[in-house]
Formats: sequence, structure tokens, C-alpha cells
Amino acid sequence: MIIGKVVGTVVTTISHPHYEKRRLLVVQPMVGEGDKDDPDFIAVDHANAGVGDTVLVNREGNGARQVLELPGGSIISVIVGIIDSVKIEQ
Amino acid sequence: MLFGRVHGTAVCTIKYPGIEGIKLLVVQPLNKYLEPIGSLQVACDTVDAGIGDICVMTRSREAALAMPEIQFVPVDLALVGIVNELDVRPHEDFDYTLPNGESEFS
Repeated sequence: MIIGKVVGTVVTTISHPHYEKRRLLVVQPMVGEGDKDDPDFIAVDHANAGVGDTVLVNREGNGARQVLELPGGSIISVIVGIIDSVKIEQ
Repeated sequence: MLFGRVHGTAVCTIKYPGIEGIKLLVVQPLNKYLEPIGSLQVACDTVDAGIGDICVMTRSREAALAMPEIQFVPVDLALVGIVNELDVRPHEDFDYTLPNGESEFS
């Protein structure tokens, strides 16, 4: 799982049945100080996140299928939590 | 999952069993500002996209699962949605770094 920031929303009227009635959000991964930016990606919302929220994203298909209770689902990235605070030492 | 713009079609007469009848599209992966990243790739279509459409694509095993009949097919990129509306904040609006110490986000 990674920490990311929600930076945008995506609207798709025609979509695959697995994606119907699900919110898609654009997520920018957060990186450590001095690290290179990671490319942004799209995730399915499962935590009612909004633009500007810092979120926990599961980027693995089997975890996504379990969270969404969708066996055989074609979703990879799912927002599974909204982060309140982070403490990083060293 | 990522964005892509459809640039053309690819036709393949002899295909691996299981993906017969599935349309192949040549797509350009895009970032959140819809700028091209990387080179052109071929994706399987599940949403009847056309040339010029901006799409949501899924990669890896999940692309194969997006095919109409779930089975083991050699597919690693599939179109799963056509983008109608996209609203993205500029990169300067947020701080994307995780500084050492305690950070509050709520």
C-alpha cells in the first residue's frame, strides 16, 4: 500500500461493468524528501475520499478484489483509507 | 490504472484462443495532464472506444480479467472506460513530499 494525495476526479459514462457506479480519482503518490516524483495513477474510491485528501491506496489486484467483494474483478488500485497523520523518523 | 489516448487500430488474423473477436487498439499512455508518457502500446478494447478517445486503462492480470469471458488470456493492457470529464488540480496546489517528523493531514 502507498500514501498518496487525491488530485482530481474522472467521469466515465461508458465503462466496463466492474467499474460501473464507482468513483474514479486521480492519485499522486507522496514521496520522501529528496526522492523523485512517482507517476500519478487512477484509483477506485472505497473510502469516500475527495480532492485534497491524503489517502492510503492498495495497488494490487487480489487485495482490490477482496475489498470490493468482486471475484474476478479487473480493478487494481483501490483507495482503502484516509490518512490523518504520519510520523517519519530519521 | 492509467489514462490513454486511442491512436489507431491493430488487426490480427491469427490470435491466441480466447481473444478472438476482441478489438485491438494502439494507445498512447498519458499522465494526469494528458501529456504522453512512454511509447505507443496495444490494448484490448472492452468499451467500444474509437480513435481520439481518452480512456482509462488497466494493466497486468487485471487486464485479462476485464475480457468478456474470464480466462487465462495473454492480455496485459485493457481499456475499461471512456473519459467524459476530467478535473485535475495543478501540481503546485499540493505538497507531495513526506517530510521527516510528524505530519497532520486532516
